[in-house]
Amino acid sequence: MSDLHVRSAERPDLLTVETSEGAQGLQARDVTATLELGRELGAVLRANGLTLDPRDVDVERRDDETMIINMGPAHPSTHGVLRLMLELDGEFVLRTKPVIGYLHTGMEKTGEVLTYVQGGTNVTRMDYLSPVANELSYSMAVEKLLGVEVPERAVWIRMLMAELNRVSSHLVWMATNGMDLGATSMMIYGFRERELILAFFEKTAGLRLNLNYVRPGGVAADLPDGWEDDVAVICDTIFERSFEYDQLLTGQPIFRQRMEGVAPITAEEALALGVTGPLLRSTGVPWDLRRTMPYLAYDQVDFDVIVGTYGDNFDRYAIRLNEIRESIRIVRQCLEKMPLGDYRSQDPKVTPPPRARIGESMEALIHHFKLFTEGFAVPTGEVYSAIESPRGELGCYLVSDGGPKPYRLHVRAPSFVNLQAVPLLMRGGSVSDAITVISTVDPIMGEVDR
Amino acid sequence: MIPLPPTAPPGVATSESLASDLGCFPTPETYVALVRAFKDDGFELCADLCGVDYLEHPGRDLPDGVVPTRFEVVVNLLSLSKRQRVRVRVQAGDDEPRVPSLFDLYPGTEAMEREAFDLFGILFDGHPDLTRILMPEEWEGHPLRKDYAVGRVPVQFKEAPGPR
Repeated sequence: MSDLHVRSAERPDLLTVETSEGAQGLQARDVTATLELGRELGAVLRANGLTLDPRDVDVERRDDETMIINMGPAHPSTHGVLRLMLELDGEFVLRTKPVIGYLHTGMEKTGEVLTYVQGGTNVTRMDYLSPVANELSYSMAVEKLLGVEVPERAVWIRMLMAELNRVSSHLVWMATNGMDLGATSMMIYGFRERELILAFFEKTAGLRLNLNYVRPGGVAADLPDGWEDDVAVICDTIFERSFEYDQLLTGQPIFRQRMEGVAPITAEEALALGVTGPLLRSTGVPWDLRRTMPYLAYDQVDFDVIVGTYGDNFDRYAIRLNEIRESIRIVRQCLEKMPLGDYRSQDPKVTPPPRARIGESMEALIHHFKLFTEGFAVPTGEVYSAIESPRGELGCYLVSDGGPKPYRLHVRAPSFVNLQAVPLLMRGGSVSDAITVISTVDPIMGEVDR
Repeated sequence: MIPLPPTAPPGVATSESLASDLGCFPTPETYVALVRAFKDDGFELCADLCGVDYLEHPGRDLPDGVVPTRFEVVVNLLSLSKRQRVRVRVQAGDDEPRVPSLFDLYPGTEAMEREAFDLFGILFDGHPDLTRILMPEEWEGHPLRKDYAVGRVPVQFKEAPGPR
């Protein structure tokens, strides 16, 4: 016990033990295997096979010249609980290692003990900025296994909500990115406009954040009366104001200097690392699942896929700003083309009977009760469904053993995969660039750790 | 149904899965060669890699000649040029599941393989840094295995039962 009271300067080994993450953390160079060193340097893309010489992958740095420091998990600019270990040479970043798991709550395990009906409440909490995308990917996987056809109106409602959610998610991104760069007015504006969308979500689904609105078979409720006016106001306001953000940020010299040409990534690197979403499109690859592998009714609406050229921070900013406008374009088309009809499938297997029938029919009451206690059985099989979430390809791999609960629920989280690009993007930049890199990669820790 | 790429190793069983993308069932020996053949054939992106523990669901539907094992590694590859997906499912073994790593082909599988190792205990030969990624370093067991119990936290109210 007395050891604990020894001052750390006298016992540096104790200090290391207290702060060490073991092998998960970033180790000094002389104890790191060559291949791992290469990976952390972002050199995997240049390595041929397994023969990697440390002299090829880095400049002549020795351990006593560099310093390994921690950033996070409670750093304000890490957007949650991301912890980065940075190896610094003065002000410049050499190696980076994200240490994650601080928000791990075992949601994939939880998904195995919840029925398919209850599962939506679980997945909606993964990427807490785009809950509709999570529910959509999950519901589409369940529907594929069940073979349930979703009515036309439900498809368009889903699309409307998903695009509004994309706008709100990108607005939060604009806000937090502005805050990271010191443009605090953008922070206030971004959250102010997002409030409009959240108010509409509350009116529609009853909840602002974790909606559980998209469910297997359709959506939870029809759009509220007068939704056309609300959505039209949202579209007009945010579309108009997106030009104000443009004026506020794009023309601002400090903002441009911190974004332009900082942390570029090439298309080859992005593809090799499995990166998707705005990060991949910033390199000039026009890959947007809404366009390339259409789901819902995205093949019936008109929109542009925004791509960048240089793959730098500024491209990623410009893509998200323009995606807000494109999403509003899609929302306006949903407004025009919204068909009439059912908002959920009339398949009694997945849909409870209408409320009025429950009051008068015993069978309907039993049916309702069974559906929400036992759930419905889903045929045996495996399915992977992928959609374009605001952060990239959000996939759901579902294994069913024929019972009412998923046998295995795996979520391919775009933030989790995109995070692997961080060491590559940060290399050679300064610590202040590291802040912008975290911001423009836009990891949502709830989704990274699940 | 998409045909296998020309350079694929012989003897790989295939099936058309529900999602109408190709499902391939290589052995751990032919696994890397098959993925390499797909990569050469235009599948640029490894979208997803995850493990599945089939302890409680052994009678799953597999094509003839594939011996089911307890653990399975599922890889979803994506071709941007062809707009196709393909699913590779490799039977990883029962007691000490072990497959080669795809790190040399797709460096982006690094974190996904670490996750599969962390949560299922599947070992990936040739992975540069096979450590736990989500759970703490000193954690015992692999939480997503079917013989690993769902934990419960005592609730701080009088006579309240724990969750589930």
